[in-house]
Amino acid sequence: MEAFVFFASAAIVLTGAVGVLTSRNPVHAALFLVQTLFGVAVLFVLQDATFLAAVQVIVYAGAVVILFLFVIMLLGVDRAENLGVEPIVGQRPLAAVIGASLMGMLLTLLLVATDGPTGAPGRTAPLGDAGDNTRRLGEALFTGHVFAVELTALLLTVAVVGAVVLARTVKGPMQPLPVVVVATSTEPADADAGPDTAADEESEEAGDA
Amino acid sequence: MSALDTAVLALDPLLSGDLDLGIVGIVVLKVVVAFTLLLVSVMLMIWFERKLVADMHNRIGPAVAGPFGILQTLADGIKLFFKEDLIPDRADRVVFKLAPYLSLVPAFLVFAIVPIGGDFSSGDGTVTWFGERTYLQVADPPVGVLFFLALSSIAVYGVMLAGWSSGSKYPLLGSVRASAQMISYEAALGLAIAAVFLTSGSLSTHDIVASQVNGSWNVLATGVVPFIVFLVAGTAELNRPPFDLVEAEQELVGGFHTEYSSLRFALFFLAEFMNVITMSAIAVTLFLGGPAGPILTDTLGWVWPVFWFSLKVFAFLFCFVWLRATLPRLRYDQLMDLGWKVLIPVALGWFLLIGAMNVAGDRGWPLVPVVMVGMAVMAGGAALLIGAVSKARAERLADLDGEREGESV
Repeated sequence: MEAFVFFASAAIVLTGAVGVLTSRNPVHAALFLVQTLFGVAVLFVLQDATFLAAVQVIVYAGAVVILFLFVIMLLGVDRAENLGVEPIVGQRPLAAVIGASLMGMLLTLLLVATDGPTGAPGRTAPLGDAGDNTRRLGEALFTGHVFAVELTALLLTVAVVGAVVLARTVKGPMQPLPVVVVATSTEPADADAGPDTAADEESEEAGDA
Repeated sequence: MSALDTAVLALDPLLSGDLDLGIVGIVVLKVVVAFTLLLVSVMLMIWFERKLVADMHNRIGPAVAGPFGILQTLADGIKLFFKEDLIPDRADRVVFKLAPYLSLVPAFLVFAIVPIGGDFSSGDGTVTWFGERTYLQVADPPVGVLFFLALSSIAVYGVMLAGWSSGSKYPLLGSVRASAQMISYEAALGLAIAAVFLTSGSLSTHDIVASQVNGSWNVLATGVVPFIVFLVAGTAELNRPPFDLVEAEQELVGGFHTEYSSLRFALFFLAEFMNVITMSAIAVTLFLGGPAGPILTDTLGWVWPVFWFSLKVFAFLFCFVWLRATLPRLRYDQLMDLGWKVLIPVALGWFLLIGAMNVAGDRGWPLVPVVMVGMAVMAGGAALLIGAVSKARAERLADLDGEREGESV
């Protein structure tokens, strides 16, 4: 049973990974990436790490890839790509060499050090049973590794603030939202047309960040 | 029993022994019942919404198909089934066909973790069917409510890809709006639910309901602030009025499903109403004691919790329709302001307060000073935040006034 689930989800992970590499359309590649992430989540469940599986789906599939898709759609790069062009000279042979050596190391580890994949839960790092691992993970993070967690949180906050600062390169002073022109007013209303769209885009960017 | 079964189906006593054919039969029965129940209630919900909105508008509403027009949804479904299936020329065909299912499947799956019955107040929330004790829910995974959050983040894909793959402008605009809105409000939704986790000490829906059986449903800790945040964020997550900018007809034609027709449109429609029902069911489970309520008779005692559960869900459904008939749509910047500047800070603040109270309980500190200090710290933080925002705004306006004067001179 465990071996069956392992091989089924491994097939899902690998076909997804191949799909990411070979699809010409960036949106399709992102969807194949979601497939891979789902396969990995199933592998986590197989290892009794149910919390990790849920977080994998929420964070990676639900947030990270969605942001990829946002960027792809909004930048308008969702056209089919020409795979014949090599952007950096020599990157293909280099990638082949690095990929092959990583794969060789992994296969050696899998087939020689352990006797092939079984899908059975690991014995080196007990996570407790499936109902227990959220608590154990929380305890480990907020007692033993509390400084690392807090530093990471600080780093992320700095990154967010930095992103906001970088994104807000407004030329001239900020424009407020347009004031609605009341019918009795004789002023022309078209002066507000420009600031309207600019302010909308800004609030949308703030939402995305 | 292998590790896999524990991880997926978990804590149900039905599955704690050896599996035999009868137990598999009960599980299949539960799945079929949940599926049918959901489909039938979606059908009735669509009719109910149209009828109730019609009443509130002083119209008659569906009245032809069946008594009181109750078969209207069925008639609409048959009509949609026989309509021509259109795929736009510039559409991305594979993704276009995939998107409706990405909306529908999560909507179905969420209902699997909702306990719709079981006597929690005097028993342990199990019912005995065919000589086997079992929970009245399809699955009780140990990550419980995280499963709900994961699926609601998957549902974003359906909306987003539907708009993108249609290959036309309005659907794309609608889907970008929709996904921005759903991602923003997911954060508030998650933080509101986190307060429930802290109070109940578990992620499993069954344990959460069990922890609410203390006469008060944890009303002080979760029933006020997190509940309201959850309701607002949940309504936004469902893209229901007043947060239905996603399909604002006046601006976007029909939003992300403009190009969809026939059965694929029906799938989106179904998913939307199914999400309303499952969101109500989740709200009842997390905040209102799930199936808790007085058991009035001994014969067929398991019916009463199901009845109370349905009654509570029905109250939510009524409120959703009521909101739709009452409130005008928000502006996009108001929507984002509400999500990021009000709901998330409020939910986060309450979450920290509950955390502080838990720590105080563990360490034996007196509760009242801890709460007072916590409130004071949060009020200080809120004052700083509001001050910073209003100062930035005042400076911007001053700059702008200066510029306008310069222009006019």
